[in-house]
Amino acid sequence: MIWDKKHETMPNDDLRALQSQRLKDVVSRVYNNVPFYKKKMDELGVKPEDIKSIDDIVKLPFTTKEDMREVFPYGLLATEMENIVEIHTSSGTTGKPVVDAYTQGDIDVWSEVMARTMSMGDVGKNDIVQNAYGYGLFTGGLGVHYGARKIGANIIPISGGNTKRQLKVLQDFKSTVMTCTPSYCLYLAEYARENGIDFKDLPVRVGFFGAEPWSENMRKEIEAKLHLKAYDIYGLTEIIGPGVAAECEHQNGLHIFEDHFYPEIINPETGEQLKDGEKGELVITTLTKEGTPILRYRIRDITFLMPEACKCGRSFRRMHRLMGRTDDMLIIRGVNVFPSQIEQILFRMEGIEPHYQLVVSRDGQLDSLEVQVEMNERIFSDEIKKLEEMEKAIAKEIAYELAVHATVKLVEPKSIARSEGKAKRVIDNRNI
Amino acid sequence: MSIKQISIFLENKAGRLYEVSSALGDANIDIHALSLADTSDFGILRLIVNQPEKASTTLKEKGFTVGITEVIAVEVEDKPGGFAKVMKIMQDAKINIEYMYAFVEKTKDNAIVIFRVDNIETAINTLEKKGLHILREAEVLDL
Repeated sequence: MIWDKKHETMPNDDLRALQSQRLKDVVSRVYNNVPFYKKKMDELGVKPEDIKSIDDIVKLPFTTKEDMREVFPYGLLATEMENIVEIHTSSGTTGKPVVDAYTQGDIDVWSEVMARTMSMGDVGKNDIVQNAYGYGLFTGGLGVHYGARKIGANIIPISGGNTKRQLKVLQDFKSTVMTCTPSYCLYLAEYARENGIDFKDLPVRVGFFGAEPWSENMRKEIEAKLHLKAYDIYGLTEIIGPGVAAECEHQNGLHIFEDHFYPEIINPETGEQLKDGEKGELVITTLTKEGTPILRYRIRDITFLMPEACKCGRSFRRMHRLMGRTDDMLIIRGVNVFPSQIEQILFRMEGIEPHYQLVVSRDGQLDSLEVQVEMNERIFSDEIKKLEEMEKAIAKEIAYELAVHATVKLVEPKSIARSEGKAKRVIDNRNI
Repeated sequence: MSIKQISIFLENKAGRLYEVSSALGDANIDIHALSLADTSDFGILRLIVNQPEKASTTLKEKGFTVGITEVIAVEVEDKPGGFAKVMKIMQDAKINIEYMYAFVEKTKDNAIVIFRVDNIETAINTLEKKGLHILREAEVLDL
């Protein structure tokens, strides 16, 4: 079902006119209210009046994650604090998280795009949505929550974890919609099987899975094991949270809600805008956001845009499922992890340049992170107890700062492979 | 009064113990006693050798992480109750033992127990006052 026919099926010319108008509006708002953007635009010699249509977007400066951290916490606010009603941040407390501050208008847009997302899987008033995304600063939980509320479905705000309880709620309340990360969903299936519960006997019929990359093979596995139709959804805190793009029933790419979030693909080396169909780095501009509008955010995800008309009737362009990253960011159980964050923790704890390696695997269904740290004379002790305490302390610090569970393993010096003198920091064995 | 023990960090993987022992053998270093403490991932090999400094250098050159720790070597009668007598003294003096291991002297009817304790001086004084023989470095090298 199409939630907002007027916008979602808007003819291309009308859509471009709307985008042009909204771009002019957002550029003028950030230029006049956000010193960070005024400075950036002045440096490039571009004024709000230079932006006459959506094509002029290439004149605007990019925004990076580093920029967003530099102006932490309120440097991107484009409105008075009295208009802000909610704040979310990216995961991780190392350095500075990315802050997304919402006005009531932003929450309304968020509810709207999430209602569109869930309508793609025909969620309606009679559905019972079991929302196993984490509630809190993470955008996943409340994003789905607002969308389900907008539709008028019955939402069960169970949040993440506690697998036994998830299953009990699925059985008792007869949930028809499941929302969580794809890897957690497979874990849930495995747990159910071990406990003699067959998803065939449960009414859950559709699931919306995101917050981490997954593949067609995982989709087949999820659909076979949970007896539901699995949809890929896409979003990120910097833009709004979930609700940036989603798959329709044809599941050939994710429609970007481009009346609110304008997508571009650029060459990550030169910053030059590429044509639809060309593979490169995804860049998004928020066209309607009031609290913390973002111009040309470099997401670092690699994909391409699919401009062809979709059988579903929506006119929004689609993005292909994610094809990689232009940086070394890892997504582990939905949490973004940069190797440099772990390096900082090790450096702080050991006081020396650490030699380490991150090994990510998928044991059964869930991601696991092993942090291998090379032993050296400064941290060596002849007592097992002390070395084990060190492993635990590092793991605790990682859990505290990055909100991700890691096992720490001390390894012999020089056992981490180095190529051209530089250690390979990440081994990802997940085969997603 | 204390003696030097070398300890080596080893990952639990095939061939590592052989590499340590052959490196020491090639350098003509005599191992008097050893103990291996391990977890599922790694182990610490502790050795009493006749030339601790040389052993340490040799192993470091081979890329091992090596530490030198002061431990005490106590002569214990090799008969029933001999060890218990020493432990009673340690317990009464509230000396905390981090770890220990023992070996038997070839020439005498005595065993040698190696102790790693939190306070070496107190341990040595206490044990000596009770008439126990603490081996000096020279004595250990001659074993």
